[in-house]
Amino acid sequence: MKFQNLMASTGEWLRGEGPHHQVVVSSRVRLARNLRNRAFPGWAKKAERTLILELIKPRVEELPEMQEPFSELLQDLSALEKQVLVERHLISREHAAKSAGSAIIMNRKQTLSVMVNEEDHLRMQSIRSGLQLRQAFKLVDKVDSALEAKLDFAYDAKLGYLTACPTNVGTGMRASAMLHLPGLVLSELINQVIQAVNKIGLAVRGLYGEGTEAMGNLFQISNQTTLGEKEDEIISRLNKVIETIIEKEQDARQVLVQKRPNTLWDQIGRAYGLLTYAHAMTSKEALNLLSVVKLGIDLGAFPEDKRLAIDQLFIETQPAHLQKSTQQKLNAEERDHFRAQIIRERLKSFPKPDISKVAREPEVTGNSEPEKNE
Amino acid sequence: MLCDVCKCNDAAVFLTQIVDGKMQKVNLCEGCSKEKGVQDPTGFALADLLLGIGAAEEIEKGGSSTRCPVCGFTQADFKKTGRLGCSSCYVAFGEGLNSLLKAMHKGTAHVGKLPARAQKSLALSDRMKTLTENLRKAVQEENYETAAALRDEIKQLESQLTESK
Ligand SMILES: [Zn+2]
Ligand SMILES: [Zn+2]
Repeated sequence: MKFQNLMASTGEWLRGEGPHHQVVVSSRVRLARNLRNRAFPGWAKKAERTLILELIKPRVEELPEMQEPFSELLQDLSALEKQVLVERHLISREHAAKSAGSAIIMNRKQTLSVMVNEEDHLRMQSIRSGLQLRQAFKLVDKVDSALEAKLDFAYDAKLGYLTACPTNVGTGMRASAMLHLPGLVLSELINQVIQAVNKIGLAVRGLYGEGTEAMGNLFQISNQTTLGEKEDEIISRLNKVIETIIEKEQDARQVLVQKRPNTLWDQIGRAYGLLTYAHAMTSKEALNLLSVVKLGIDLGAFPEDKRLAIDQLFIETQPAHLQKSTQQKLNAEERDHFRAQIIRERLKSFPKPDISKVAREPEVTGNSEPEKNE
Repeated sequence: MLCDVCKCNDAAVFLTQIVDGKMQKVNLCEGCSKEKGVQDPTGFALADLLLGIGAAEEIEKGGSSTRCPVCGFTQADFKKTGRLGCSSCYVAFGEGLNSLLKAMHKGTAHVGKLPARAQKSLALSDRMKTLTENLRKAVQEENYETAAALRDEIKQLESQLTESK
């Protein structure tokens, strides 16, 4: 698969409508593995890294899950292409900085990506839409089992899987979910939630920026510890906390609808107005406004079939995606103009917010019965 | 306030996390926060950062050797990067790492997935124990026919064990 094809199609995790997709954008599980008796990538010389790459890459490419993969050496990708992959969460920022001796292999659906010689020899990651941590783990666990039959992984009876950084030793697993929490941010409850979650050994942070300054009201929650707990237990613990956050978010949205409707409709109306008429827009402004429109869709103020257009804009208005699609290098000012132009075009047929729809059926969650409210 | 990592620029990014009741604080300058990937949701954990700052001292206190005999990685390298050189570093710096792992994780021993290879050699070594015990009994009881058969089986198992290593 070529980079062009990759650009043209959206990852399945973005298109899918997983469970709790109103609050949970995506779920990811990553496993870190290393070869026994080989220096970790950060310490290995170029020749050894290349050797390790040659050992691992063909084994990954022959996996049944990797038919017709997108497989590239990092040195063969331009800086812009790497940045596009980062914006799609397919590779880490650290991996984008690598060149000789590193590679990325991913499946066509962009749901499984394997980084070779990132911080560890192997970083395998599975992404699903909505809250599906267990399913994401299942896939990456299967891939790990298939690979360990052909590769000798560094494993210690006491410490488990050995990783370059001691924070990952044991399971080598990092499970995370991306959450959209406009309700908690608008009602200024978000810091309370973040502190409560941090106290129980999980990490929450803004996807872009920290705390209340999180752009697009997007947050990431993940496990902090990897040793002394089974994979299953880690995921259960995360699921429980995420379900509580979903409840809190839905409650916050209902309180806004019932107690502060004017503020809410004002925010949604302004977001709609700016997105459809503005001629210059920074990445930060775009993310924040798109988040409010997304909330509007969740509440019923915009039709459900407009969801995909908004979700795609979250990714496609990022700097590298903009430059890749115009095929030219843009300065910040040009990017802001071009970003506004793309958004205006996409939202041409986007209907005005219809508040009456919300008042009649304030759908509380994706799964429960809509509450009747006079 | 100076940056905790480079200790020369003014800190611009202030991070606090409470992990299992322990407060962790880090102050970073613009450059170091970028370099440490603080903006990167996939890579960043505060514990990671702290590693580069306080962890190396822990390892020194632990009195472990200063250099990994397999890969040549040193304590000073760990101090600089917060990463280890190879899987054998876990043995070389074992004692110091232990207290670090204790502070960082839920437990000090892995209880999760077992690779099939490890599972298999675990089963094989269990079988080996039984066979050796039976052999000892057979010899004691002067049951030489059984003992010979057991010796053959043990030999076979031994070669399997070395293969699975
Ligand atoms: Zn600094
Ligand atoms: Zn070493």
